[in-house]
Amino acid sequence: MDLDSLTQSNSEWLRGTGPESDVVVSTRIRLARNLAQFPFNTRSDEAVRGQVADQVRECLGDLPVPKVLNFVNVPSLDEISQQFLVERQLISRELAEGDGPRGVAFSSAEDVSIMVNEEDHLRLQVLRSGLALDECWEEINRLDDALEEELTFAFHEKYGYLTACPTNVGTGIRVSVMLHLPALVQTREIQKVFHSLQKINLAVRGLYGEGSQALGDFYQISNQYTLGLSETQVIDKVRSVIPRLLDYERRARTAMLEEKKEQLHDHIARASGILRSAQTISSEETMHLLSSVRLGVNLGLIDDVEISTLNELFIMTQPAHLQKLKRTELDSADRNKARAALIRNRLTGDLQD
Amino acid sequence: MKKCRRCSKSATLHITELRQGEATEIHLCETCAKDYLSQAEEVSTPDLDVQFDQLEEGEHSEVSGIDDRTCPNCGITFREFRTQGRLGCPHDYVAFESDLIPLIENIHGETQHCGKLPKRAPDSSRRQHQLIRLRSELKVAIEEENYESAARLRDEIQQVESKLQGNDSSEE
Repeated sequence: MDLDSLTQSNSEWLRGTGPESDVVVSTRIRLARNLAQFPFNTRSDEAVRGQVADQVRECLGDLPVPKVLNFVNVPSLDEISQQFLVERQLISRELAEGDGPRGVAFSSAEDVSIMVNEEDHLRLQVLRSGLALDECWEEINRLDDALEEELTFAFHEKYGYLTACPTNVGTGIRVSVMLHLPALVQTREIQKVFHSLQKINLAVRGLYGEGSQALGDFYQISNQYTLGLSETQVIDKVRSVIPRLLDYERRARTAMLEEKKEQLHDHIARASGILRSAQTISSEETMHLLSSVRLGVNLGLIDDVEISTLNELFIMTQPAHLQKLKRTELDSADRNKARAALIRNRLTGDLQD
Repeated sequence: MKKCRRCSKSATLHITELRQGEATEIHLCETCAKDYLSQAEEVSTPDLDVQFDQLEEGEHSEVSGIDDRTCPNCGITFREFRTQGRLGCPHDYVAFESDLIPLIENIHGETQHCGKLPKRAPDSSRRQHQLIRLRSELKVAIEEENYESAARLRDEIQQVESKLQGNDSSEE
Protein backbone atom coordinates (compact mmCIF):
# COMPACT_ATOMS: atom_id res chain seq x y z
CA MET A 1 0.00 0.00 0.00
CA ASP A 2 1.24 3.47 -0.90
CA LEU A 3 1.11 5.50 2.28
CA ASP A 4 2.05 8.70 0.45
CA SER A 5 -1.31 8.64 -1.32
CA LEU A 6 -2.99 8.98 2.09
CA THR A 7 -1.61 12.51 2.43
CA GLN A 8 -3.92 13.50 -0.44
CA SER A 9 -7.04 12.15 1.24
CA ASN A 10 -8.89 12.84 4.44
CA SER A 11 -9.68 10.31 7.14
CA GLU A 12 -13.42 9.76 7.54
CA TRP A 13 -13.31 10.84 11.19
CA LEU A 14 -12.01 14.29 10.23
CA ARG A 15 -14.99 15.13 8.05
CA GLY A 16 -16.36 17.42 10.76
CA THR A 17 -19.89 16.22 10.18
CA GLY A 18 -22.25 13.93 12.04
CA PRO A 19 -24.42 14.53 15.10
CA GLU A 20 -23.22 17.16 17.61
CA SER A 21 -20.12 17.85 15.52
CA ASP A 22 -19.72 21.38 16.93
CA VAL A 23 -18.38 19.65 20.06
CA VAL A 24 -18.01 15.94 19.24
CA VAL A 25 -15.14 15.41 16.82
CA SER A 26 -15.30 11.65 16.57
CA THR A 27 -16.48 8.40 18.13
CA ARG A 28 -14.28 5.36 18.41
CA ILE A 29 -14.82 1.80 19.64
CA ARG A 30 -12.07 -0.77 19.94
CA LEU A 31 -12.11 -4.45 20.87
CA ALA A 32 -9.12 -6.40 22.23
CA ARG A 33 -8.86 -10.02 21.10
CA ASN A 34 -6.25 -12.77 21.35
CA LEU A 35 -5.83 -16.01 19.44
CA ALA A 36 -6.53 -18.91 21.82
CA GLN A 37 -3.68 -21.17 20.70
CA PHE A 38 -0.81 -18.71 21.22
CA PRO A 39 0.77 -17.04 24.28
CA PHE A 40 0.12 -13.30 24.68
CA ASN A 41 2.72 -11.02 23.11
CA THR A 42 4.60 -10.56 26.41
CA ARG A 43 5.63 -14.23 26.17
CA SER A 44 5.76 -14.78 22.44
CA ASP A 45 8.89 -14.86 20.29
CA GLU A 46 9.30 -13.62 16.72
CA ALA A 47 8.15 -16.96 15.29
CA VAL A 48 4.86 -16.92 17.21
CA ARG A 49 4.21 -13.27 16.37
CA GLY A 50 4.88 -14.11 12.75
CA GLN A 51 2.31 -16.92 12.88
CA VAL A 52 -0.26 -14.61 14.48
CA ALA A 53 0.33 -11.96 11.80
CA ASP A 54 0.13 -14.58 9.02
CA GLN A 55 -3.13 -16.06 10.33
CA VAL A 56 -4.78 -12.66 10.56
CA ARG A 57 -3.45 -11.58 7.19
CA GLU A 58 -4.63 -14.76 5.49
CA CYS A 59 -8.21 -14.44 6.66
CA LEU A 60 -8.53 -10.74 5.75
CA GLY A 61 -9.16 -11.34 2.05
CA ASP A 62 -12.16 -13.64 2.66
CA LEU A 63 -13.87 -11.65 5.40
CA PRO A 64 -17.56 -11.12 4.65
CA VAL A 65 -17.39 -7.43 5.57
CA PRO A 66 -18.28 -4.59 3.20
CA LYS A 67 -14.92 -2.82 3.42
CA VAL A 68 -11.64 -4.12 2.02
CA LEU A 69 -8.90 -4.06 4.66
CA ASN A 70 -5.36 -3.59 3.36
CA PHE A 71 -2.50 -4.89 5.48
CA VAL A 72 0.55 -2.72 6.16
CA ASN A 73 3.64 -4.41 7.52
CA VAL A 74 4.82 -1.97 10.20
CA PRO A 75 8.47 -3.15 10.63
CA SER A 76 9.08 -2.54 6.93
CA LEU A 77 8.16 1.16 7.27
CA ASP A 78 10.66 3.91 8.03
CA GLU A 79 10.23 5.86 11.25
CA ILE A 80 8.43 8.78 9.60
CA SER A 81 5.84 6.48 8.00
CA GLN A 82 5.23 4.73 11.33
CA GLN A 83 4.76 8.08 13.04
CA PHE A 84 2.49 9.13 10.17
CA LEU A 85 0.14 6.21 10.95
CA VAL A 86 0.19 7.16 14.65
CA GLU A 87 -0.77 10.75 13.81
CA ARG A 88 -3.70 9.46 11.72
CA GLN A 89 -4.82 7.31 14.69
CA LEU A 90 -4.46 4.13 12.64
CA ILE A 91 -1.88 2.66 15.00
CA SER A 92 -0.77 3.34 18.56
CA ARG A 93 2.65 4.55 19.61
CA GLU A 94 3.11 1.18 21.27
CA LEU A 95 2.66 -0.63 17.94
CA ALA A 96 4.93 1.83 16.10
CA GLU A 97 7.72 1.37 18.62
CA GLY A 98 7.22 -2.36 19.20
CA ASP A 99 9.37 -5.32 18.19
CA GLY A 100 8.97 -8.18 15.76
CA PRO A 101 6.29 -8.97 13.20
CA ARG A 102 3.37 -6.57 13.56
CA GLY A 103 1.09 -4.55 11.37
CA VAL A 104 -2.20 -2.88 10.73
CA ALA A 105 -5.00 -3.57 8.27
CA PHE A 106 -7.30 -0.67 7.47
CA SER A 107 -10.05 0.42 5.10
CA SER A 108 -9.49 3.12 2.48
CA ALA A 109 -11.67 5.58 4.43
CA GLU A 110 -9.50 4.79 7.50
CA ASP A 111 -12.65 4.19 9.56
CA VAL A 112 -11.96 0.49 10.23
CA SER A 113 -8.62 -0.89 11.33
CA ILE A 114 -7.12 -3.97 12.94
CA MET A 115 -3.79 -3.66 14.73
CA VAL A 116 -1.91 -6.95 14.86
CA ASN A 117 0.55 -7.77 17.67
CA GLU A 118 0.14 -4.73 19.81
CA GLU A 119 -0.42 -5.43 23.53
CA ASP A 120 -3.02 -7.98 22.39
CA HIS A 121 -2.86 -10.07 19.22
CA LEU A 122 -5.71 -8.07 17.70
CA ARG A 123 -7.05 -4.61 18.36
CA LEU A 124 -10.10 -3.90 16.23
CA GLN A 125 -11.07 -0.25 15.82
CA VAL A 126 -13.96 1.59 14.20
CA LEU A 127 -13.98 5.40 13.99
CA ARG A 128 -16.73 7.79 12.96
CA SER A 129 -17.04 11.52 12.62
CA GLY A 130 -19.38 13.11 15.20
CA LEU A 131 -21.34 11.22 17.85
CA ALA A 132 -22.07 7.80 16.36
CA LEU A 133 -21.89 5.17 19.09
CA ASP A 134 -24.44 2.75 17.64
CA GLU A 135 -22.98 2.85 14.13
CA CYS A 136 -19.51 2.16 15.52
CA TRP A 137 -20.77 -0.74 17.62
CA GLU A 138 -22.76 -2.30 14.77
CA GLU A 139 -19.77 -2.20 12.46
CA ILE A 140 -17.20 -3.46 14.94
CA ASN A 141 -19.52 -6.20 16.20
CA ARG A 142 -20.00 -7.43 12.63
CA LEU A 143 -16.25 -7.32 12.01
CA ASP A 144 -15.63 -9.25 15.23
CA ASP A 145 -18.22 -11.89 14.23
CA ALA A 146 -16.63 -12.21 10.80
CA LEU A 147 -13.15 -12.66 12.30
CA GLU A 148 -14.51 -15.20 14.74
CA GLU A 149 -15.62 -17.37 11.81
CA GLU A 150 -11.96 -17.69 10.82
CA LEU A 151 -10.04 -17.38 14.10
CA THR A 152 -10.53 -18.83 17.58
CA PHE A 153 -10.30 -16.13 20.22
CA ALA A 154 -9.23 -16.82 23.81
CA PHE A 155 -12.45 -16.85 25.83
CA HIS A 156 -13.42 -17.95 29.34
CA GLU A 157 -17.00 -18.59 30.51
CA LYS A 158 -16.53 -16.41 33.58
CA TYR A 159 -13.95 -13.83 32.49
CA GLY A 160 -15.02 -13.38 28.87
CA TYR A 161 -12.47 -12.45 26.21
CA LEU A 162 -9.03 -12.91 27.73
CA THR A 163 -6.52 -10.08 27.34
CA ALA A 164 -2.86 -9.58 28.19
CA CYS A 165 -3.77 -6.92 30.75
CA PRO A 166 -6.57 -7.67 33.24
CA THR A 167 -7.79 -4.07 32.82
CA ASN A 168 -9.23 -5.06 29.40
CA VAL A 169 -10.61 -8.52 30.21
CA GLY A 170 -14.27 -9.41 29.58
CA THR A 171 -15.64 -7.44 26.67
CA GLY A 172 -12.23 -6.02 25.70
CA ILE A 173 -14.15 -2.90 24.73
CA ARG A 174 -12.99 0.69 24.88
CA VAL A 175 -15.58 3.26 23.87
CA SER A 176 -14.20 6.77 23.35
CA VAL A 177 -15.83 9.99 22.35
CA MET A 178 -13.47 12.80 21.32
CA LEU A 179 -14.70 16.22 22.33
CA HIS A 180 -13.52 19.73 21.53
CA LEU A 181 -13.95 21.69 24.77
CA PRO A 182 -12.28 25.09 24.31
CA ALA A 183 -14.84 27.07 26.33
CA LEU A 184 -14.63 24.74 29.34
CA VAL A 185 -10.84 25.00 29.18
CA GLN A 186 -10.93 28.82 29.03
CA THR A 187 -13.41 29.14 31.87
CA ARG A 188 -11.35 26.59 33.84
CA GLU A 189 -14.42 24.50 34.52
CA ILE A 190 -12.82 21.53 32.84
CA GLN A 191 -11.23 20.16 36.03
CA LYS A 192 -14.63 19.97 37.70
CA VAL A 193 -15.95 18.00 34.75
CA PHE A 194 -13.02 15.58 34.97
CA HIS A 195 -13.56 15.00 38.66
CA SER A 196 -17.18 14.13 38.16
CA LEU A 197 -16.36 11.78 35.28
CA GLN A 198 -13.67 10.03 37.30
CA LYS A 199 -16.13 9.51 40.12
CA ILE A 200 -18.31 7.44 37.82
CA ASN A 201 -15.29 5.56 36.49
CA LEU A 202 -14.96 7.17 33.10
CA ALA A 203 -11.48 8.10 31.94
CA VAL A 204 -10.38 11.37 30.33
CA ARG A 205 -7.43 11.35 27.95
CA GLY A 206 -5.82 13.68 25.41
CA LEU A 207 -5.90 13.51 21.62
CA TYR A 208 -3.54 10.55 21.33
CA GLY A 209 -4.78 8.48 24.22
CA GLU A 210 -2.91 7.35 27.28
CA GLY A 211 -0.38 9.85 28.57
CA SER A 212 -0.91 12.40 25.82
CA GLN A 213 -1.61 16.02 26.64
CA ALA A 214 -4.90 17.63 25.82
CA LEU A 215 -3.53 19.33 22.69
CA GLY A 216 -5.85 21.80 21.01
CA ASP A 217 -8.47 21.40 23.78
CA PHE A 218 -9.37 17.90 22.56
CA TYR A 219 -10.40 15.36 25.18
CA GLN A 220 -11.38 11.71 24.89
CA ILE A 221 -13.96 10.37 27.31
CA SER A 222 -13.88 6.58 27.66
CA ASN A 223 -14.96 3.67 29.83
CA GLN A 224 -12.69 2.04 32.42
CA TYR A 225 -14.65 -1.09 33.23
CA THR A 226 -14.67 -3.85 30.65
CA LEU A 227 -16.03 -6.69 32.78
CA GLY A 228 -19.43 -7.10 34.43
CA LEU A 229 -21.27 -4.96 31.89
CA SER A 230 -22.40 -5.94 28.42
CA GLU A 231 -20.98 -4.02 25.45
CA THR A 232 -24.20 -2.07 25.04
CA GLN A 233 -24.25 -1.22 28.76
CA VAL A 234 -20.70 0.15 28.46
CA ILE A 235 -21.73 2.16 25.41
CA ASP A 236 -24.83 3.48 27.20
CA LYS A 237 -22.72 4.51 30.17
CA VAL A 238 -20.45 6.63 27.98
CA ARG A 239 -23.47 7.90 26.04
CA SER A 240 -25.24 8.97 29.22
CA VAL A 241 -22.68 11.66 30.09
CA ILE A 242 -22.39 13.20 26.63
CA PRO A 243 -25.55 15.37 26.65
CA ARG A 244 -24.46 17.00 29.90
CA LEU A 245 -20.93 17.64 28.61
CA LEU A 246 -22.34 19.14 25.39
CA ASP A 247 -24.64 21.29 27.44
CA TYR A 248 -21.81 22.53 29.71
CA GLU A 249 -19.56 23.36 26.77
CA ARG A 250 -22.32 25.08 24.78
CA ARG A 251 -23.45 27.07 27.79
CA ALA A 252 -19.86 28.16 28.48
CA ARG A 253 -19.60 29.20 24.80
CA THR A 254 -22.82 31.21 24.96
CA ALA A 255 -21.77 32.86 28.22
CA MET A 256 -18.42 33.87 26.69
CA LEU A 257 -20.26 35.28 23.71
CA GLU A 258 -22.70 37.24 25.86
CA GLU A 259 -20.21 38.55 28.41
CA LYS A 260 -17.24 39.44 26.23
CA LYS A 261 -18.12 39.08 22.59
CA GLU A 262 -15.76 41.81 21.37
CA GLN A 263 -12.80 40.47 23.28
CA LEU A 264 -13.55 36.92 22.13
CA HIS A 265 -14.05 37.98 18.52
CA ASP A 266 -10.77 39.90 18.61
CA HIS A 267 -8.94 36.91 20.10
CA ILE A 268 -10.31 34.54 17.45
CA ALA A 269 -9.72 36.95 14.57
CA ARG A 270 -6.12 37.41 15.71
CA ALA A 271 -5.65 33.62 15.89
CA SER A 272 -6.97 33.37 12.34
CA GLY A 273 -4.70 36.25 11.26
CA ILE A 274 -1.58 34.61 12.65
CA LEU A 275 -2.41 31.30 10.99
CA ARG A 276 -3.00 33.01 7.65
CA SER A 277 0.23 34.98 7.68
CA ALA A 278 2.85 33.34 9.92
CA GLN A 279 6.10 32.35 8.20
CA THR A 280 7.17 29.89 10.88
CA ILE A 281 5.04 28.26 13.55
CA SER A 282 5.43 25.49 16.15
CA SER A 283 3.10 22.54 16.45
CA GLU A 284 1.94 23.65 19.88
CA GLU A 285 1.06 27.19 18.77
CA THR A 286 -0.73 25.75 15.73
CA MET A 287 -2.93 23.50 17.86
CA HIS A 288 -3.73 26.37 20.18
CA LEU A 289 -4.66 28.79 17.38
CA LEU A 290 -6.59 26.22 15.35
CA SER A 291 -8.63 25.47 18.46
CA SER A 292 -9.57 29.17 18.76
CA VAL A 293 -10.52 29.39 15.09
CA ARG A 294 -12.59 26.18 15.33
CA LEU A 295 -14.47 27.76 18.24
CA GLY A 296 -14.91 30.95 16.18
CA VAL A 297 -16.49 29.02 13.30
CA ASN A 298 -18.84 27.16 15.64
CA LEU A 299 -19.89 30.46 17.24
CA GLY A 300 -20.50 32.07 13.86
CA LEU A 301 -17.79 34.68 14.43
CA ILE A 302 -15.81 33.43 11.42
CA ASP A 303 -17.36 32.00 8.28
CA ASP A 304 -14.54 31.83 5.76
CA VAL A 305 -13.21 28.39 6.67
CA GLU A 306 -14.76 24.93 6.92
CA ILE A 307 -14.61 22.82 10.09
CA SER A 308 -13.34 19.91 7.99
CA THR A 309 -10.38 22.07 6.84
CA LEU A 310 -9.54 22.88 10.45
CA ASN A 311 -9.90 19.24 11.56
CA GLU A 312 -7.64 18.23 8.71
CA LEU A 313 -5.03 20.87 9.65
CA PHE A 314 -4.84 19.53 13.22
CA ILE A 315 -3.48 16.30 11.70
CA MET A 316 -1.70 17.57 8.57
CA THR A 317 0.47 19.99 10.56
CA GLN A 318 1.97 17.26 12.73
CA PRO A 319 5.65 16.39 12.20
CA ALA A 320 5.38 13.13 10.24
CA HIS A 321 2.59 14.47 8.03
CA LEU A 322 4.67 17.51 7.06
CA GLN A 323 7.63 15.29 6.23
CA LYS A 324 5.42 12.94 4.19
CA LEU A 325 4.02 15.89 2.25
CA LYS A 326 7.49 17.29 1.58
CA ARG A 327 8.78 13.77 0.91
CA THR A 328 11.91 14.46 2.90
CA GLU A 329 13.20 14.54 6.48
CA LEU A 330 12.91 17.99 8.04
CA ASP A 331 14.44 19.33 11.23
CA SER A 332 12.33 21.26 13.69
CA ALA A 333 13.08 24.71 12.17
CA ASP A 334 12.25 23.51 8.64
CA ARG A 335 9.10 21.82 9.89
CA ASN A 336 7.96 25.10 11.43
CA LYS A 337 8.41 26.81 8.07
CA ALA A 338 6.69 24.01 6.15
CA ARG A 339 3.84 24.02 8.68
CA ALA A 340 3.28 27.78 8.31
CA ALA A 341 3.30 27.48 4.51
CA LEU A 342 0.80 24.61 4.54
CA ILE A 343 -1.58 26.51 6.81
CA ARG A 344 -1.34 29.74 4.76
CA ASN A 345 -2.05 27.75 1.65
CA ARG A 346 -5.03 25.81 3.04
CA LEU A 347 -6.65 28.81 4.76
CA THR A 348 -6.26 31.33 1.97
CA GLY A 349 -7.19 28.58 -0.52
CA ASP A 350 -10.54 28.28 1.25
CA LEU A 351 -11.03 32.03 0.84
CA GLN A 352 -10.65 31.79 -2.91
CA ASP A 353 -13.19 28.95 -3.23
CA MET B 1 17.34 3.50 30.00
CA LYS B 2 13.96 2.85 31.56
CA LYS B 3 10.84 3.68 29.60
CA CYS B 4 8.13 6.01 30.86
CA ARG B 5 5.35 4.08 32.56
CA ARG B 6 2.61 6.08 30.84
CA CYS B 7 3.92 6.56 27.32
CA SER B 8 6.84 4.93 25.59
CA LYS B 9 9.33 7.80 25.75
CA SER B 10 12.49 7.44 27.82
CA ALA B 11 11.92 8.04 31.50
CA THR B 12 13.83 11.07 32.74
CA LEU B 13 12.20 11.50 36.14
CA HIS B 14 12.23 8.83 38.79
CA ILE B 15 9.69 9.52 41.49
CA THR B 16 9.73 7.69 44.77
CA GLU B 17 6.26 7.59 46.29
CA LEU B 18 5.96 6.94 50.00
CA ARG B 19 2.65 5.37 50.88
CA GLN B 20 2.13 4.16 54.44
CA GLY B 21 5.88 3.80 54.84
CA GLU B 22 6.19 1.75 51.65
CA ALA B 23 8.38 3.20 48.90
CA THR B 24 7.42 2.71 45.25
CA GLU B 25 9.52 3.88 42.31
CA ILE B 26 7.71 5.42 39.36
CA HIS B 27 9.57 6.16 36.13
CA LEU B 28 8.14 8.86 33.88
CA CYS B 29 9.14 11.11 31.00
CA GLU B 30 9.10 14.85 31.62
CA THR B 31 5.65 15.44 30.11
CA CYS B 32 3.96 12.62 31.98
CA ALA B 33 5.76 13.53 35.20
CA LYS B 34 4.29 17.04 35.08
CA ASP B 35 0.93 15.53 34.46
CA TYR B 36 1.39 12.97 37.22
CA LEU B 37 2.46 15.51 39.81
CA SER B 38 -0.34 17.92 38.99
CA GLN B 39 -2.86 15.12 39.26
CA ALA B 40 -1.40 13.55 42.39
CA GLU B 41 -4.17 14.99 44.51
CA GLU B 42 -6.96 13.93 42.20
CA VAL B 43 -8.95 10.76 42.41
CA SER B 44 -6.80 8.24 40.58
CA THR B 45 -8.10 5.93 37.90
CA PRO B 46 -7.78 2.18 38.38
CA ASP B 47 -4.08 1.62 38.37
CA LEU B 48 -2.46 -1.76 38.51
CA ASP B 49 0.26 -0.64 40.93
CA VAL B 50 -2.28 0.62 43.40
CA GLN B 51 -4.29 -2.57 42.97
CA PHE B 52 -1.18 -4.59 43.73
CA ASP B 53 -0.45 -2.48 46.81
CA GLN B 54 -3.93 -3.20 48.11
CA LEU B 55 -3.54 -6.87 47.36
CA GLU B 56 -0.32 -7.06 49.30
CA GLU B 57 -1.63 -5.37 52.41
CA GLY B 58 -3.70 -8.26 53.61
CA GLU B 59 -1.38 -10.96 52.41
CA HIS B 60 2.09 -9.95 53.47
CA SER B 61 3.16 -13.33 54.77
CA GLU B 62 2.04 -15.18 51.64
CA VAL B 63 3.31 -12.78 49.03
CA SER B 64 6.62 -14.50 48.32
CA GLY B 65 4.87 -17.84 47.88
CA ILE B 66 2.35 -16.41 45.42
CA ASP B 67 5.11 -14.66 43.50
CA ASP B 68 6.97 -17.85 42.68
CA ARG B 69 3.97 -19.66 41.29
CA THR B 70 4.43 -20.43 37.60
CA CYS B 71 1.95 -20.96 34.78
CA PRO B 72 2.57 -24.48 33.43
CA ASN B 73 1.54 -23.32 29.97
CA CYS B 74 3.66 -20.22 29.28
CA GLY B 75 6.12 -20.33 32.20
CA ILE B 76 5.43 -16.82 33.49
CA THR B 77 5.68 -16.36 37.28
CA PHE B 78 3.20 -14.28 39.23
CA ARG B 79 6.13 -12.01 40.12
CA GLU B 80 6.82 -11.31 36.44
CA PHE B 81 3.16 -10.47 35.96
CA ARG B 82 3.29 -8.12 38.94
CA THR B 83 6.37 -6.39 37.53
CA GLN B 84 5.19 -5.90 33.96
CA GLY B 85 1.41 -5.81 34.50
CA ARG B 86 0.82 -8.13 31.55
CA LEU B 87 -0.09 -11.81 31.65
CA GLY B 88 1.73 -14.40 29.57
CA CYS B 89 -1.06 -16.50 28.07
CA PRO B 90 -4.83 -17.09 28.28
CA HIS B 91 -4.24 -20.00 30.71
CA ASP B 92 -2.86 -17.58 33.33
CA TYR B 93 -6.45 -16.62 34.15
CA VAL B 94 -6.89 -20.22 35.36
CA ALA B 95 -3.38 -20.83 36.72
CA PHE B 96 -3.41 -17.66 38.88
CA GLU B 97 -7.18 -17.54 39.30
CA SER B 98 -7.30 -17.25 43.09
CA ASP B 99 -4.83 -14.34 43.05
CA LEU B 100 -6.34 -12.65 40.02
CA ILE B 101 -9.94 -12.58 41.27
CA PRO B 102 -9.36 -9.90 43.94
CA LEU B 103 -7.34 -7.89 41.43
CA ILE B 104 -10.04 -8.15 38.76
CA GLU B 105 -12.67 -7.23 41.31
CA ASN B 106 -10.66 -4.16 42.30
CA ILE B 107 -10.31 -3.06 38.69
CA HIS B 108 -13.83 -3.75 37.39
CA GLY B 109 -15.97 -4.12 40.51
CA GLU B 110 -17.25 -7.42 39.04
CA THR B 111 -15.84 -10.81 38.10
CA GLN B 112 -18.48 -12.19 35.73
CA HIS B 113 -18.45 -11.46 32.00
CA CYS B 114 -21.88 -10.54 30.68
CA GLY B 115 -21.04 -9.30 27.21
CA LYS B 116 -21.02 -11.09 23.90
CA LEU B 117 -20.12 -14.74 23.45
CA PRO B 118 -18.12 -16.29 20.64
CA LYS B 119 -20.46 -17.60 17.96
CA ARG B 120 -19.10 -21.11 18.37
CA ALA B 121 -20.01 -21.28 22.07
CA PRO B 122 -22.47 -24.14 22.77
CA ASP B 123 -26.17 -23.31 23.17
CA SER B 124 -26.22 -24.13 26.89
CA SER B 125 -23.43 -21.65 27.74
CA ARG B 126 -25.10 -19.16 25.41
CA ARG B 127 -28.26 -19.39 27.55
CA GLN B 128 -26.27 -19.21 30.81
CA HIS B 129 -24.68 -16.00 29.60
CA GLN B 130 -27.97 -14.65 28.40
CA LEU B 131 -29.29 -15.17 31.95
CA ILE B 132 -26.30 -13.40 33.47
CA ARG B 133 -26.78 -10.47 31.13
CA LEU B 134 -30.54 -10.27 31.67
CA ARG B 135 -30.11 -10.40 35.46
CA SER B 136 -27.57 -7.60 35.33
CA GLU B 137 -29.93 -5.54 33.15
CA LEU B 138 -32.76 -6.29 35.58
CA LYS B 139 -30.63 -4.99 38.44
CA VAL B 140 -29.98 -1.74 36.56
CA ALA B 141 -33.67 -1.39 35.60
CA ILE B 142 -34.73 -1.77 39.23
CA GLU B 143 -32.08 0.70 40.41
CA GLU B 144 -33.33 3.20 37.86
CA GLU B 145 -36.94 2.48 38.89
CA ASN B 146 -37.68 1.55 35.31
CA TYR B 147 -40.36 -0.98 36.24
CA GLU B 148 -41.71 -1.48 32.75
CA SER B 149 -38.36 -2.83 31.51
CA ALA B 150 -37.90 -4.73 34.77
CA ALA B 151 -41.14 -6.62 34.21
CA ARG B 152 -40.19 -7.41 30.62
CA LEU B 153 -36.74 -8.59 31.72
CA ARG B 154 -38.23 -10.81 34.42
CA ASP B 155 -40.43 -12.50 31.80
CA GLU B 156 -37.46 -13.00 29.53
CA ILE B 157 -35.42 -14.50 32.39
CA GLN B 158 -38.21 -16.98 33.13
CA GLN B 159 -38.38 -17.99 29.49
CA VAL B 160 -34.63 -18.60 29.25
CA GLU B 161 -34.64 -20.49 32.55
CA SER B 162 -37.37 -22.82 31.39
CA LYS B 163 -35.53 -23.42 28.10
CA LEU B 164 -32.37 -24.25 30.04
CA GLN B 165 -34.19 -26.70 32.29
CA GLY B 166 -36.04 -28.31 29.41
CA ASN B 167 -32.67 -28.46 27.59
CA ASP B 168 -34.44 -27.12 24.54
CA SER B 169 -31.80 -26.92 21.86
CA SER B 170 -33.74 -24.93 19.30
CA GLU B 171 -32.40 -21.45 18.45
CA GLU B 172 -34.05 -18.56 20.17
